[in-house]
Amino acid sequence: MKVLVSVKRVVDYNVRIQVKGDGSGVVTDGVKMSMNPFDEIALEEAMRLKEKGVVTEVVAVTIGEQKCEEQLRTALAFGADRAIHVKSDTAVQPLTAARVLAALVKKEDAKILFTGKQAIDDDNSQTGQMTAALLDCAQATFAGKVEIADGKATVTREVDAGLETLEVDLPAVITTDLRLNEPRYLKLPDIMKAKKKPIEATTLADLGVEAVAGLKTVKTVPPSARAPGIKVKTVDELVAKLKEKGLV
Amino acid sequence: MSKILIIAEHSDGKLNASTARAVNCAGRIGGDIHVAVLAADPAAPAAEAAKLEGVAKVLTVANAANTNPVAAVLAPQLAKLAKDGAYSHVLAPNTTFGKDLAPRLAALLGVSQVTDIMSVNGANSFDRPIYAGNAITTVETPAGETVVGTVRSASWPAAAASGSAAVEAVSVDVALPSHTRYLGLKKEGGDRPDLQSARKVVSGGRGVGSEENFKIIYSLADKLGAAVGASRAAVDSGYVPNDMQVGQTGKIIAPELYIAVGISGAIQHLAGIKDAGTIVAINSDADASIFEVADFGLVGDLFKILPELESKL
Repeated sequence: MKVLVSVKRVVDYNVRIQVKGDGSGVVTDGVKMSMNPFDEIALEEAMRLKEKGVVTEVVAVTIGEQKCEEQLRTALAFGADRAIHVKSDTAVQPLTAARVLAALVKKEDAKILFTGKQAIDDDNSQTGQMTAALLDCAQATFAGKVEIADGKATVTREVDAGLETLEVDLPAVITTDLRLNEPRYLKLPDIMKAKKKPIEATTLADLGVEAVAGLKTVKTVPPSARAPGIKVKTVDELVAKLKEKGLV
Repeated sequence: MSKILIIAEHSDGKLNASTARAVNCAGRIGGDIHVAVLAADPAAPAAEAAKLEGVAKVLTVANAANTNPVAAVLAPQLAKLAKDGAYSHVLAPNTTFGKDLAPRLAALLGVSQVTDIMSVNGANSFDRPIYAGNAITTVETPAGETVVGTVRSASWPAAAASGSAAVEAVSVDVALPSHTRYLGLKKEGGDRPDLQSARKVVSGGRGVGSEENFKIIYSLADKLGAAVGASRAAVDSGYVPNDMQVGQTGKIIAPELYIAVGISGAIQHLAGIKDAGTIVAINSDADASIFEVADFGLVGDLFKILPELESKL
């Protein structure tokens, strides 16, 4: 069984992001970029299924500029069998990404598309669900536990009310949440080996995908700052302040 | 004029409060506001939805297939309702229910989606947070395209329950998939409130020191009726499970009161609590960055402060 894992290049989660003064976006030049942490969890899950013998081939895919190749190298260091770079000089919107991934799932005849429940840059949480809709297949979002057997996946989902369990026929899209696993630390030899592995290149046009115009970003600004707080000296003072605000 | 369809979230026959918040957001867009209740037996949540101020009509779709909230089953029905009713907007709450469902619906309609609407600038212009709320972006949807959006609960008060809209039963003739089976829901956390929606949260960090010591956090939380969270450092040290992590890669929360205990205030943690009403920090390091965002900071030994605080509440 072949599975596809889509990974996105994002600003590293440890970076304190800076909003550009002219409102045109967030500074990414000279900033550390990494694989979206939720996509790392997706990749880890695919690798564990392969190590268990449930999955035979793991194909990592990303969409974006040339530099996104770095995240595919990371995926190869994780142990992905192949990497596909869908080249696009401009960032694609979720619906376009979903069209690309749906086309690749079909082309590769993949049984599962694993991806993070959201990317930590745009926080959209759309691409997986949209891909499932376009494929007219099942979706299991926010997965905290995944079991595969008999052409079906049993997925425990982290929903607001607790843990929900779905059984879905394959093919299916599974989006991964924090609790699913802890991604492995990459070893230097694996990182070195990944540098030599081939990366397959393709384009939206090759896949017959038309990019959507989608949402127009008008401006990006910093959030309104919190008013500066105070230090209290004693527990009594703290309790008094909280009572004043009606919080306790 | 806009014609807005709101997807009701409900469970156990009760309307989820996030639905009333979405109605309030729709009121800001302006126009005719309808609420769709899809359920096995929609009567009780529909009656609640009919009372929400600003709602003109409640549409009910009774179908045994709608017993549980399965996105793949609900989405085709909603797509049909949205098209047949020529709605300009379809909104859902930005809860796990809405986040699961809205993109599936948007893709069926062939449109883009606006996630986590925090303010409305016009019928096609919205503000939403990105980078866990560290930046706010204004987006415009394409002219003539149905707007599918999810509404950020923390940004909108609930619409008042003072109205009396008509309730209309509709049938939706559309094929439903059989590839997804709902097996059940296990509610978490026992009597303690859910971290994501709790009004008060007490979180512990590496400073708490051990799994055993976390008892002191649970004890204070129970006294306050609060949920319990943790920093990534506390999770990574094995003091508490992953699902308690608050921060950019964990849960992003906006309680009225957040008490951070022994948490230094890493960027990724602060990103998860930016929208909290009042932040209290208790830490032995007076220079910890948590104090930069805290409304009330108290420097000292948490093992002395917490028992005293608990006894004085």
